[in-house]
Amino acid sequence: MSVGTHAIDIRTSPHIKGQLTTDTIMLHVVYALLPVTAFAVFVFGLSALLMILVTTGTCVLTEHVLCKLAKKQTTVRDYSAVITGLLLALCLPPAFPLWMAVVGGVVSITLGKALFGGLGMNPFNPALVGRAFLQAAFPVAITTWAPAFWPKVWSIERFTSIMLPTVSLPFMRPESVAAFIQGVSLDGLSGATPLAKMKFEHQATPLIDLFVGMTAGSAGEASAFLIILGGIYLCARKMMNWRVPVSILVTAAAVSGAFYLSDRQAYPTPMFMLFSGGLMLGAVFMASDMVGSPMSPIGIWIYGALIGAVTVLIRLKGGLPEGTMYAILLGNACTPLIDSLTQPRIFGARKKAVKP
Amino acid sequence: MSESSSNRDIQVLLNGIWKENPVFVQVLGMCPTLAVTNSVRNAIAMGVSTVFVLVMSSMLVAMVRKIVPKQVRIATYILIISTFVTIVDYVIKAVSIPVYKALGPFIALIVVNCIILGRAEAFASKNTVYRSVLDAIGMGIGFCIALVCLGGVRELLGNGSFLGVPLFGPYYEPWVIFLLPSGGFFTLGAWLLAFSLIKERKARRAAQEQEQSV
Amino acid sequence: MSESSVQAGALPKAPSGVSMIVVMTSVATVCGLLIVTAFQATKGAIEHNVATITQESVLEILPGAARQIPFGVDAAGAVVREPAADADVSRIYAGYDESGALLGIAIEGRGQGWNELKILYAYSPDRQCIFGFKVLECRETPGVGDKITTQEDFLANFKELDATLDPATQSPVHPIVTVKHGTKKDKWEIDAISGATISSKAIGRILQESTTRLLPAITGHLDEIRKAGAA
Repeated sequence: MSVGTHAIDIRTSPHIKGQLTTDTIMLHVVYALLPVTAFAVFVFGLSALLMILVTTGTCVLTEHVLCKLAKKQTTVRDYSAVITGLLLALCLPPAFPLWMAVVGGVVSITLGKALFGGLGMNPFNPALVGRAFLQAAFPVAITTWAPAFWPKVWSIERFTSIMLPTVSLPFMRPESVAAFIQGVSLDGLSGATPLAKMKFEHQATPLIDLFVGMTAGSAGEASAFLIILGGIYLCARKMMNWRVPVSILVTAAAVSGAFYLSDRQAYPTPMFMLFSGGLMLGAVFMASDMVGSPMSPIGIWIYGALIGAVTVLIRLKGGLPEGTMYAILLGNACTPLIDSLTQPRIFGARKKAVKP
Repeated sequence: MSESSSNRDIQVLLNGIWKENPVFVQVLGMCPTLAVTNSVRNAIAMGVSTVFVLVMSSMLVAMVRKIVPKQVRIATYILIISTFVTIVDYVIKAVSIPVYKALGPFIALIVVNCIILGRAEAFASKNTVYRSVLDAIGMGIGFCIALVCLGGVRELLGNGSFLGVPLFGPYYEPWVIFLLPSGGFFTLGAWLLAFSLIKERKARRAAQEQEQSV
Repeated sequence: MSESSVQAGALPKAPSGVSMIVVMTSVATVCGLLIVTAFQATKGAIEHNVATITQESVLEILPGAARQIPFGVDAAGAVVREPAADADVSRIYAGYDESGALLGIAIEGRGQGWNELKILYAYSPDRQCIFGFKVLECRETPGVGDKITTQEDFLANFKELDATLDPATQSPVHPIVTVKHGTKKDKWEIDAISGATISSKAIGRILQESTTRLLPAITGHLDEIRKAGAA
């Protein structure tokens, strides 16, 4: 922000500003997301790449058009729309039809952000708003998962051909992934996610597969390792509050650990809970959204605990295999309340106001 | 004199359709507006039922407006309105059970539709029977239009059809969200936006014309 | 003018209680008359509609049936013929062909999916199996859970679903159960709809509960039910 050409600039405090601007932070978040994104493309192939390009493009374009409509200076350059687009793509199934991805991008930016007044005013994470809309609109397509590393780990075919559902015609029912799997004769590869396998078949997936990212699932939730790496990078640069992911993961581990200890047969281990599904991606990149999370450290701990506990409860007791999205949206919704309850005491003020 | 009075009558009729549209301008009667507009057929059934209750109760309220003491007027209005709602309930059940099932509890809830009590209190209790009926018809048509607008969009996107006739062929992928309550809110929001955009533009144009003429 | 304003400044004259009562009573009387008239006018049509819908459903799932007689099974397992409309019984409908022979029994079942479900299924005492199925009331998510009402693969489960009773204990040998999509092996298993597991499982639960409770009572009174058709 340039101060302007005035000789004297009169403003209220703070007068000394840090070096960090919104644009820089957002750019670094993009950097942190790049390895995850690249790995998603590597695991799921050309379809994932196309989807990432499409959602990011849609988000940026929507933001630009909405700014023009509102006769404001375009806010495309602050990279926040890019992040929304990337995150949206990363939490969708890799073979998701592109036309639906476009719908998701438009909804993310319009309903998730612009409607509330743009960046900084949005109570919810825009990418998750888009995903929630898609989940309600196209419940089948969004739970149709493509297998990872098809047809083989080192295979060029993944990058030269597109999974059929990806290119289904706008407004038309997508081609089924099951048919596609049969078509390329991928015996032994299934599109069922580790969480769905756990919930409906009581079949656990080896932890190392989850950690490295050898499993089916949303494009970006494959590798816990790269997500953690991105998170550490952002924390090290002080662009993200480390308390958010830590509090979420610790609570999720504690709650699922309690379930596991109560019945080792029925419930999965805490480690499985942490590394499967979208919890890691959500905890590191979505819940930590500065706009939607509380301000004070104690507030963040409450916020993280809420998200972690609700995620585990939805996964183990709810009707859906995955609950990270709703848990984070719920946490976002509670943020103003948490903030008002955890107002830090003004320095020098008494603990309780003296009655007049 | 007679001409201007008939002009005013037409104004009363048109008010409810555009200028004071009960849904898009007054934002009244949200419960049936959001709940039963997931298809055009349901929207029409609800619209017609409401028009019937609205017209009949406005007429009766206007008829008894001079003899009802102020203290018991609301009780009387509710009595009259619920009578006609009960009648509508029987009639729909007699006409078609599937439609009755689709509308569910919302027929009974017409009683507390604030459009009806609102018109009884604000208009019918102060105007002649003739005027009250005109006003009720206007408001009723406005309400119907709004319901069909919502039902049309929701059925089109949520089911790919209009009045049950599929429009996009068998391969259409329905947007399930538009059949769910949340889709009702989205659609209503979009229509309110469109409506106020048109109104604003019209007002601006009128203001410009006035400026030019001055 | 000044006189009236002085009056208004003082307490406005309240209407007497009698006039209020008279007005309310007469309005209520008129309203009551209107309602009774409407009720009488539509009564026949409504009863006709309800009966038609139930009958249609019963005849639809009991192909070949020429007529049906409603029965009720109460909590103690006693079977009553043509129970009163408000009786607290589980309703079953016996379907007979032209000659009066029992074709099958349509049984009403209720239970909880995402929302309340009401179903009707056809039971054959001779073959000891369920051979027809229809969802009467369903408020499951449109496009997802409501597939239980339409999806052909799912409805094919009920063409011959085993419900054999153990002659000794009078309880089902194999309780009906919903299994994951694509893993149906035995005749008493229901193949769930992929993507609508909760609603599919709810159907399985309703059938299991209903068959366990009602089939012994029906078997116990089978002669009675058969005879009713001949008369």
